Amino acid sequence: MATQVTEAAAEEAHVREQTLVHDEIAFANDAKMTARDVDVFYGEKKAVDSVSIDVDSHYVTAFIGPSGCGKSTFLRCFNRMNDTIDIARVQGRIELDGEDIYDPRMDVVQLRARVGMVFQKPNPFPKSIYENIAYGPRIHGLASNKADMDGIVEASLTRAGLWNEVKDRLDDSGTALSGGQQQRLCIARAIAVDPEVILMDEPCSALDPIATAKIEELIEELKGRFAIVIVTHNMQQAARISQRTAFFHLGNLVEYGDTETIFTNPRADRTRDYITGRFG
Amino acid sequence: MTSADVARTGTVDWRSAQMQARIRKRYAKERRFRFLGLGALVFAAGFLLFLLTTIVSDGIGGFQRAEVPLDIEYSATTLGLDPAQMSGDGADYAINRADFRSLVNAAAEAQLGTSEMISEGAWLDVRDRLRGDPSLLGSRERVWVVAAPEVDLLAKGQISFDVPAQRRAVSQEMINQYVVLNDRGDVQLSLNTGFLTKADSTSSELAGIWGALLGSLLTMAITLALSFPIGVMTAVYLEEYAPRNRFTDMIEVSINNLAAVPSIIFGLLGLSVFLNTFGMPRSAPVVGGVTLALMTLPVIVIASRVSLQSVPPSIRDAALGIGASRLQVILHHILPVALPGILTGTIIGLSRALGETAPLLLIGMRAFVSDVPGGVTDPATALPVQIFLWSDEVGRGFVEKTSAAIMVLLAVLLSMNGVAIYLRNKFERRW
Repeated sequence: MATQVTEAAAEEAHVREQTLVHDEIAFANDAKMTARDVDVFYGEKKAVDSVSIDVDSHYVTAFIGPSGCGKSTFLRCFNRMNDTIDIARVQGRIELDGEDIYDPRMDVVQLRARVGMVFQKPNPFPKSIYENIAYGPRIHGLASNKADMDGIVEASLTRAGLWNEVKDRLDDSGTALSGGQQQRLCIARAIAVDPEVILMDEPCSALDPIATAKIEELIEELKGRFAIVIVTHNMQQAARISQRTAFFHLGNLVEYGDTETIFTNPRADRTRDYITGRFG
Repeated sequence: MTSADVARTGTVDWRSAQMQARIRKRYAKERRFRFLGLGALVFAAGFLLFLLTTIVSDGIGGFQRAEVPLDIEYSATTLGLDPAQMSGDGADYAINRADFRSLVNAAAEAQLGTSEMISEGAWLDVRDRLRGDPSLLGSRERVWVVAAPEVDLLAKGQISFDVPAQRRAVSQEMINQYVVLNDRGDVQLSLNTGFLTKADSTSSELAGIWGALLGSLLTMAITLALSFPIGVMTAVYLEEYAPRNRFTDMIEVSINNLAAVPSIIFGLLGLSVFLNTFGMPRSAPVVGGVTLALMTLPVIVIASRVSLQSVPPSIRDAALGIGASRLQVILHHILPVALPGILTGTIIGLSRALGETAPLLLIGMRAFVSDVPGGVTDPATALPVQIFLWSDEVGRGFVEKTSAAIMVLLAVLLSMNGVAIYLRNKFERRW
């Protein structure tokens, strides 16, 4: 009995160390962002353990996994949002178009303009709707005059599917919108600076099903134009909107592959158990 | 679910007598608690009301003064003034040298029978009239001049006739003269304009609050100009930039302790450092302002830090997430949201500084200053110090002056709080 337990433990430890990456996406050379052997520590605790992954420009990549598996923490490495947490430490290499984003010469402000982010809770600025969108382009000097800025605001809101709802009240506070509208405003704000990658950290977890459906539609439309990485708790959502899925567990990337394959024919036992609802 | 749980289902009788008693007891407790709160409120409000009514009923007289009429002849010969002097640069000098005192006293003795019925400073108003209109020289007019403090007390009914004559503050002779005057209708109570435009005086009927009020305002201006920027910058640095380590912890503890240091200690500091070491002018608002700024600084730092901490981190994330630099995050997002709290804290700190007496006593702002200060380096006194000084005066007339000065101080405090509320509502953002 005792030996069986140790054997099982040893086997599990072995399984944990390896990441199953499906052949069709095995580390393509033209990936938008690549991560290699990334570890993240919160103080002494290792939250992300040696994760390597490629994010492709043309697809929506979903990170799934149970709570506390490190998927959000890992996502926040892509635009160095973990820098703002004093005790967080990132090791390994993450590249954007072949440039190491943790290189001391990399300007973190520009990086975050190129890699935008949408947060779990809608967080519009307590300013007008117009100002919410115009803020990013203004601080990065993307508009040369007022007409230019108006154009950016309209284009961003239109692309986020919000223009028709708010075009008559651009001076109203962004915080006066409904939760779903606020989240689309945040997406519009992110795309206003014309990023290359958009990171979404559980963007629908605070929304009702109808607002969620709208966001999902929006993601579908943005696909291809921006590389999108989305962290989600909701497996159906991952199945609906993503083309690539990465399953995280206990800080490890367990399996990474084509969404359809991951959901219909996962190779790792832990993935199968999670997908079928045996844990998580 | 265990079998015991199943067995329990339905066995609780929610309508039993015990249950009803328990419910009644719960309601009674709620009521008692609510009444305790209400009682505390009524108690506090009652005290406040009592305080305010006492001060207002005592002090309202301070804004009035008794006046008696005199026919004044601006005689050029008596005053020793030459009509030719009355224009040009020499006019002020000539008027200042002219003997108005004798002129007015003579008029009083001729018309009222004694010069004791008018204030020792009654001639000042007469002089100011001529200064304002030099063409009056040689003409005659009826002027209501400030009455003596005894007349003032009699006119306001503050002399009790129940006590024996020898214990009254006013002699019987004076009372008789007053009655004669009053029957003629020659005593009037009018607005004491001097109280709001003049500085301290040894005569209660001439003493004004404006000098002290201006002294306080100048002091507060210095305090605000120093403590607000330094306090806010300190708070921003500690909250946004400083690393968390033993050193910053120590600074934090020191700031908290500093806020609790008795104000007189700051006065001693001001005395030894600003006056003795740096040789700054004694009794001046600039020193008072710097000293009070030191006292206010920790209050502003603490209030600002609390206010900065209460800014939701999601705003910071949002701004960082679209590539705002740290400075942009602070200036464009954190500070605007934190501003109402910072301003409220600042005004609370300033209100405390405005009412502060002890440190000002030590740096010499308790001097008798009969001139309105012209700048921050001129000798001045401050409102609370003026109240303290007047409450110590022996003259009966200063009693109402003290209360009137308290009313002025309270009015300044209330308007400062009003500004705080206005600013908070103006900058507050709906969430």
